[in-house]
Amino acid sequence: MIEDASERERAANVRPPAWTNPEPAERYHLVIVGGGPAGLAAAHAAAARGAKVALIERARLGGTDLNVGTVPSKAIIQSSRVFAEMRDAVRYGVPDPAEVELDFAGIMARMRRLRARISRDAGAARLAAAGVDVFFGDASFVAGDAIAVAGATLGFRKAMIATGSRPHLPPIPGLVDATFLTNETVFELTALPERLLVIGGGPLGCELAQAFHRLGARTTIVQDLPLFLPKEERDAAQILSNALARDGLEVRLNTTVTRVRVERGETLVDLISDDYHSTITVDAILNGVGRRPNVEGLNLGAAEVDHDPVAGIHVDDLLRTTNRRIYAAGDVCVEHKFTHVAEATGRMVVRNALFLGRERLSELVVPWCTFTDPEIAHVGASVREAHDRDIPVTTYVIPLHEVTRAIVDGHDLGFVKIHVRDGTDRILGATIVARHAGEMIGEITAAIMAGVGLRTLAHVIHASPVQTGAIQLAAQAFCRTQLTPTLKQRLRRWLAR
Amino acid sequence: MPGLPMTDDLPDDALLDELQRAAFGYFVDAVDPATGLVADTSRDHAPASIAVVGFALSTYPVAVERGWMTRTEAAARTLAALRFFARSDQSGGAQATGYKGFYYHFLDRGTGTRVWSSELSMIDTALLIAGVLTASCYFQASTPDERTVRELADLLYRRVDWRWAQDGGDTIRQGWKPECGFLHYGWEGYSEAILLYVLALGSPTHPIVGDCYHAWTSTYQWENQYDHAVLYAGPLFVHQFSHAWLDLRGLQDRFMRDKRSDYFENSRQAVFVQREYARRNPYEFVGYDTSCWGLSAGEGPANAPGSARVGEHWQTAPDRGPRRWFGYAARGVPYGPDDGTLSPSAVLASLPFAPELVVPTVRTMMTRYPEIVTAGRLTSGFNPTHGETVDNQRRAWVSPGHFGLDQGVVVMMIENHRSELSWRLMRDCPYVAPGLRGAGFTGGWL
Repeated sequence: MIEDASERERAANVRPPAWTNPEPAERYHLVIVGGGPAGLAAAHAAAARGAKVALIERARLGGTDLNVGTVPSKAIIQSSRVFAEMRDAVRYGVPDPAEVELDFAGIMARMRRLRARISRDAGAARLAAAGVDVFFGDASFVAGDAIAVAGATLGFRKAMIATGSRPHLPPIPGLVDATFLTNETVFELTALPERLLVIGGGPLGCELAQAFHRLGARTTIVQDLPLFLPKEERDAAQILSNALARDGLEVRLNTTVTRVRVERGETLVDLISDDYHSTITVDAILNGVGRRPNVEGLNLGAAEVDHDPVAGIHVDDLLRTTNRRIYAAGDVCVEHKFTHVAEATGRMVVRNALFLGRERLSELVVPWCTFTDPEIAHVGASVREAHDRDIPVTTYVIPLHEVTRAIVDGHDLGFVKIHVRDGTDRILGATIVARHAGEMIGEITAAIMAGVGLRTLAHVIHASPVQTGAIQLAAQAFCRTQLTPTLKQRLRRWLAR
Repeated sequence: MPGLPMTDDLPDDALLDELQRAAFGYFVDAVDPATGLVADTSRDHAPASIAVVGFALSTYPVAVERGWMTRTEAAARTLAALRFFARSDQSGGAQATGYKGFYYHFLDRGTGTRVWSSELSMIDTALLIAGVLTASCYFQASTPDERTVRELADLLYRRVDWRWAQDGGDTIRQGWKPECGFLHYGWEGYSEAILLYVLALGSPTHPIVGDCYHAWTSTYQWENQYDHAVLYAGPLFVHQFSHAWLDLRGLQDRFMRDKRSDYFENSRQAVFVQREYARRNPYEFVGYDTSCWGLSAGEGPANAPGSARVGEHWQTAPDRGPRRWFGYAARGVPYGPDDGTLSPSAVLASLPFAPELVVPTVRTMMTRYPEIVTAGRLTSGFNPTHGETVDNQRRAWVSPGHFGLDQGVVVMMIENHRSELSWRLMRDCPYVAPGLRGAGFTGGWL
C-alpha cells in the first residue's frame, strides 16, 4: 500500500480511521448495504426526501468506481493520451518535443491526488451531514427485516443490497501462483512493467492495455473471441482492433491462455489459437476478464433473498428481491456493471421502495462507453436486438471522415451510426466510435428518452464545428430519404407555379 | 502473353473478351493434369485451393462455348478433378483431404493432401461444390465421360454433411480442424455465404436444420451510406461470389422483401458506395477518384514477395501520422481497412451490376497504371501510394503474379454479363431452386 498525503486524505474520507459507528435508530426507512455508487446515490436521494437512512460499508466508501475503477483508470488514460499526443505533435505542425521522458511515478501520484479530491464527495462526513447513519463493518442479515453490523442490529422497513462486484479470476493453471494484477491492484504499481500481458478484450482490458502500452509497456492483449468487445457492433470492434494495432500493441484475438509458468524468475505464458501454440515472456499480467457479484457473507438465506454466484442477487423488473422488503441495485444484480447504471438503479430503488414507484429496469435507457482511443459508445438496441424482436431497422451512417471538426482535430477514425425503425423516425439505438464518443452519445440518449426522432434532430442547431455535428448529418441523411419521387415532383410543381 | 494493347483501341466487347480469355488462361497454366487441382496463386510451389478448383470447373464450360478449349478436353479436366475428390481420403486426419464431404482449404497439388495445417473450410467447399454442380449441369451428353461427370458430381454433393457443420448451433460454422475441432468463427453479417446456405438447404441428404438461414440474416446491417441504401459488406468480393453462380436478379428473401430490394440491386449499390468512397478519398491515398476505385480482398504491399520494400509496414503521411500497409487482407469501405490498395480484378467482377461504371473504370486503371496487367491479366491489387519512381515515372506497387480466385470470378462475371451462361446452368441445377426456396426466396426466375 502506498502511503502519501493523497492516500491519507482518501482514507480520511472513505474510511475515517477514528470513525465511530452511530447508535442505531429504532427502525430505518431504508438500510443500504454497500457504499459504492449505487449505495451513495440511494442514500443521498432517500435522505434528501426525509427518509431515515443507514448505510453499511465493509471497506471503503466509493466502491470500485472511486477506489479501483473508473476514477483511477480514467486519470491514467488521460495521462497516456497526453503522452501519445506529445509524440504525435509533429502531425499538427508542432515541433517534436525532444527527449520526452515519462514520469510514471508522477502519473500515479496525479491519479492519487485526483482520486483523493473526488473522494471528498463520497466521504463519510458528507453522508453524515446529509443525515445518513454510516456504519463500517461486515453486514449480515439476521431476519427478513433486520441486519447486524459491528455488534449492532438495524431494523428496517426496506433494505437495498448494493455490494457491487469484484474481478473474476479465470481458471488458468499457474495464474494464481504467478504475480498478477487486477483492477484492484494495478493502481498500486510503482514502476511501469516492461512487458505486460492483458488477459481479456472487454472494456477494462482494452482501456488499460492501450493506456499502459502508450505509456511505454510493451503490451500484448489476448482475447479468446475473434473480436474485442463482444457486446459492441462488429465494425466498432474492428476499428478498435485496427487502432490498437496502429498503436503497436500485439493483438492476439481468438487466443486462449492455457498456462502461466514461472521459470528462472521469468513469467512464461502459454497461448493457443485454434491449433497454434505459442509462449510469450512477460513482466506482469493484468487480468481483465469479467466480474463476479459480491453475494458472500451476507447471510442472505436468513432474509430469504435468492441469489447465485454468477448472476448475483435475483431481482424482478422493479429491482425487488424474493423478499419484498429487500431490493438490490448496481453490479450485484444487473448485467451492465457500470457506475452510471449503479447510480441510476440506486435512485430507482429509493422511488420504488419508499414512494410507491413503479420504475422498471427494462425501461432504462442505458448508454455505455469504452474509453479507448477512439472511444466506443452505445445506447439502446443494437441491430441484432432489433432483428431478434422482428423490428425492421435502417442504420444511418456518418463516417467521421465526413465531419469537419473530426478532420481538423485529426481524429477522423470512427463513425456515428443511428438505428431507426423503418417507416418512422424513431431512434432505436446508436453506436458511436469517436475520440469523444462518450460525450456524443448523450445527445442520442436524451433523444431516445424524450421520444425525439431523427426528423427533429435534423433541425437541432449545433455549434459549429463540433463532432456532434455528425449526429445532425445522420439525421439529415434520414430526411433526404423522405424526399420520395412523388414529393420531389410536387415540390417542383410548386416551384414552377 | 504480353500486356494488352492500349485499351483505347479496343471496343468494349473486344476488351472484355481479351481480359476474360487471359483470365481463363490462369486455369490452363495452374492445373495439375493428374489431380485436376488448381494452384491458389501463380507463385512457385503454391498449393491448390479447393475454391479455385470450384472456379476452374465453372470456367471450363465458358472456355468450351467461347472456343478456347474443346469439349473433350474440358470434360477430361473436369473428370480428373471430380475423380480425385471422389476417391480422396475423407478420414479427417491431419494429412487427409477432407471430412464429412468437406475439404481442407489448401491441398498439395500433386498428392491432394492437406497443407499448411489448413482448416476444413465450409465456404471454400461450397465454392468447390458450386463448380462441381456447374460442370454437372453443363456436361449433359450421353458420352461415358460426361455421364461419369454427372454421377460423380451427384456423389460429391450428396455426401457433404451440411448439418454436421452447424455443430448443433443456429448457423453454419466457418471451419474445423482435426487438432481442435470447430473454429470459433461463425458467419456474422452479410457475406458471400448465400451460396453456402442455398447449397446446404438444397441438399437431399444432409440439409441444415432449423431456421439457420434466418439466424444468419438476422446479423445483417441495412445501412444508409453516402445516401445509398445498402446491405453492408465492406469488400467488393462479398457482393460478387454468390452472384457468380446464382442469378439473384429480382429474387427476394424475407430480408430483401422488407427492404424492397434484392441482392443484385444491392451489389449495384455497393459499386456506387465504393465509387463515392474513392471520390471522397478520406485518407488521401494516391490515385483514388471516380474512375479508380475498388477495395476488396487481395494482396497489399506489406511483406509481399517481390515488393520493393519487403518488411516495411508503415508510412508516415502528412497530417495523418502513421499509416499501416497490409498484406493479404479484406479491405472495405467505408470503415476500412484501407491502405491505398485497389483491386482491379474485383472492379471487373462487378461488371454485371454496373457495366456503365465498371468498363470505364477498368480502362482508366489500365491506362494510368499499365503495370497492373501482366500476361494479359489484371492483378489482385496495386497501390499507387506505395509506388516508386523509376526513370522519372511514378509506378504503383503491384501484387506479383495472379490469384486463382480473382481470375475465376472475372471469367464467370464477364460471361454472366455477356451470355448469362453460369447463371443459366445453375438455374437448371435440381438442387438450387429448392435451396433458394428453403431460404425463403421468391420472385425473379424462381
